[in-house]
Amino acid sequence: MGYDPQNPMKDRITDIGPPHYEQFFPPVIKENYGKWLYHEILEPGVLKHVSETGAECYTVRIGSARLISTSLINDYCDMADKHCDGYLRFTTRNNVEFMVDSADKVQALVDDCNAHGMMPVGGTGAGVTNIVHTQGWVHCHTPATDASGVVKAVMDELFDYFTSMTLPAQVRVALACCLNMCGAVHCSDIAILGVHRKPPLIDNDTITSVCELPLAIAACPLGAIKPAKGVNSKGEEVKSVTVNVDRCMFCGNCYTMCPSMPLADPEGDGIAILVGGKISNSRSAPKFSKLVIPFLPNNPPRWPETVEAVKNILEVYAKDAMKYERVGEWAERIGWEKFFEKCNIPFTDKSIDDYRLAYDTWRTTTQFKFTSHIK
Amino acid sequence: MPKHDTPMLDQLESGPWPSFVTDIKRQAAKNEACWDILGQLELSYKDKITHWKHGGIVGVFGYGGGIVGRYSDVAKKFPGVAHFHTVRVNQPSSKFYSSKILRQICDIWERRGSGMTNMHGSTGDLVLLGTFTEQLEEIFYELTHDVGVDLGGSGGNLRTPSCCLGKARCEWSCYDTQAACHDITMTYQDELHRPAFPYKFKIKFSGCPNDCVAAIARSDLAVIGNWKDDIRIDQAAVKGYINGEFPANGGSYSGRDWGAFDIKAEVLDLCPTGCMWMEGDTLKIDDAECTRCMHCINVMPRALRPGVEQGATILIGAKAPILDGAQIATMIVPFIKMDPENDFEELKDIIEKCWDWWMEEGKNRERIGESIQRIGLPTFLKVMEVEPLPQHVKEPRSNPYVFWKEEEVPGGFERDLAEFRKRNPM
Repeated sequence: MGYDPQNPMKDRITDIGPPHYEQFFPPVIKENYGKWLYHEILEPGVLKHVSETGAECYTVRIGSARLISTSLINDYCDMADKHCDGYLRFTTRNNVEFMVDSADKVQALVDDCNAHGMMPVGGTGAGVTNIVHTQGWVHCHTPATDASGVVKAVMDELFDYFTSMTLPAQVRVALACCLNMCGAVHCSDIAILGVHRKPPLIDNDTITSVCELPLAIAACPLGAIKPAKGVNSKGEEVKSVTVNVDRCMFCGNCYTMCPSMPLADPEGDGIAILVGGKISNSRSAPKFSKLVIPFLPNNPPRWPETVEAVKNILEVYAKDAMKYERVGEWAERIGWEKFFEKCNIPFTDKSIDDYRLAYDTWRTTTQFKFTSHIK
Repeated sequence: MPKHDTPMLDQLESGPWPSFVTDIKRQAAKNEACWDILGQLELSYKDKITHWKHGGIVGVFGYGGGIVGRYSDVAKKFPGVAHFHTVRVNQPSSKFYSSKILRQICDIWERRGSGMTNMHGSTGDLVLLGTFTEQLEEIFYELTHDVGVDLGGSGGNLRTPSCCLGKARCEWSCYDTQAACHDITMTYQDELHRPAFPYKFKIKFSGCPNDCVAAIARSDLAVIGNWKDDIRIDQAAVKGYINGEFPANGGSYSGRDWGAFDIKAEVLDLCPTGCMWMEGDTLKIDDAECTRCMHCINVMPRALRPGVEQGATILIGAKAPILDGAQIATMIVPFIKMDPENDFEELKDIIEKCWDWWMEEGKNRERIGESIQRIGLPTFLKVMEVEPLPQHVKEPRSNPYVFWKEEEVPGGFERDLAEFRKRNPM
């Protein structure tokens, strides 16, 4: 019975994969699978899907912190047991969805969610939905900022946009705590990115025993790392590396490969803001997000500078963009010079690309607008 | 009783968005270790730096991945998180659950872990956040024997595939994303659990070009639903939109007064190819010119539907910036059938051709998108046995640095200088 450490391979079950999805379908989903005709958003957070059989599925979407306890998951389960035959699902942006099969079951479910205190209803249509985010200081070893804290601070400030649908289009906000960009930061309307600004330290007491030096050298996108002799704290010569500081842009990938090259720093580290990415193919092709604010300080617990910057961009966009226009489509239509002017964001050399294919991003035309930048 | 003072984290208990701090504090009543999560996080807020040591290699016998090891660098202060390993559990396709299975998993996790989770990781896994090494085999035993669920992937291997909710609750899905995701996950269990690749490889399944699982940005191989024939038009419903009986975009914009629906401004003029027009009150689409961006269908879901000849487009090579810059996936195969009846044979053929090539040619820690950039798209198309098409490029190359193969040029590359000099003396 149970795992036997003396016989580790005994009774071992492997390669069974995930449980089959179909057993978790609410009856209305199972019966109308592939038969859906159209949908409507009845109010923020409430969707209605209509099947060719005439059946209806009503979905109530609630926000979630993603980092959640088993106690809260059990609350979700209680909610599902009470209203939804014990079924629920999670979205690709880490919201939670409860489904019922008739209109008269919706209000009680919405009321119960709102009464809970940790289940805000919303996240549909042209608003701000959940922020896709990463581990931050809660679990990761390479972050330049926290994830959960920044997300909470930003979502508190943007909460009214979660529970309403007043924007020109949906706005996807994402956060990654370092430029490995786990998640969606490189393709989001507004992206919050943890960045370093100091080159790595080199720990010559440990580097020879814990690092494969060629891997650390190959990890650098700019070839800033070279093999070199180092001197440890006992004065002994050891095999090590040097970092050409002029070529280092603080990506941290060498630390990912080599524990003896840490670079995190309380003053150096902070947040960059990127905007204008999208994933859908609707109207325009998918776009990368672009760097518009190179640095904001880490200021826990509420990161006021970051919250202010995100809110400012969102509100200028909300006022200026046309219906259906995503942030990137808006910025490209008005021109990035106008984006900086309207958002009152200082333009710096840090926003000018100087990496490999950078030339393609420079302006090779006389077409530009005169803005306050040209004195 | 709180074990540590957390004045900064306490400030994240106010405000309307669900507070992870409040939630962790509540869990701490059940599991003391949660106080140490908060204690160490508060220290990070004070120091503005992470307090997790670099890396950590732990796992379960038989597998080369699935668990992310983590150790505190201030374990004396916070013994509850001295080990804080993460267990990736393979989620069911599109994350439908019963309360029964979630309660089973919670029960194991409350006994053997911190009780904190991520629902879900960005790749899709159900993430159990924080346990000690000696619990890993016990957790794995209970997950496989009692719940019937396996670990997800980590390391240089096939990571956990994921999908949008597809035909389960969407009228636009052009193939069965869940069946495909499940089938591929089960077929390639060995590639998922035992790292055999140059680097990580992700597969994501979206039912249509709206791409709700972000396959084009977040998977090495993106399977995005598409159709080949004409958009289905219900002209009566088109009139319904024009007359204001149905809300544009299913009501997505109802929070603001955008004026009455204007089909010309909101649909015809925003069509990226300009292939739509009105003849009287009849909507016309020149489908041969349509690039199936979804805009008109998104705006008028009751009137317009994807065609009936459905399948998927395959795009390859998306990745985040490290090392050579971020990539959005490149279109490789314009259209394949996605048939559960033949076990997604066409898709598997594509996946295996990719892997055969990349496992040989890919350098250490080189994503397939970077391998394609290094070796060139023309070579990759040959490997994939795909004819070069104009659809493979946004635009033809502008530089003239064209490679020709020797066999493509009459007479080949072997030439005699003496012969050349007979006609062209120095």
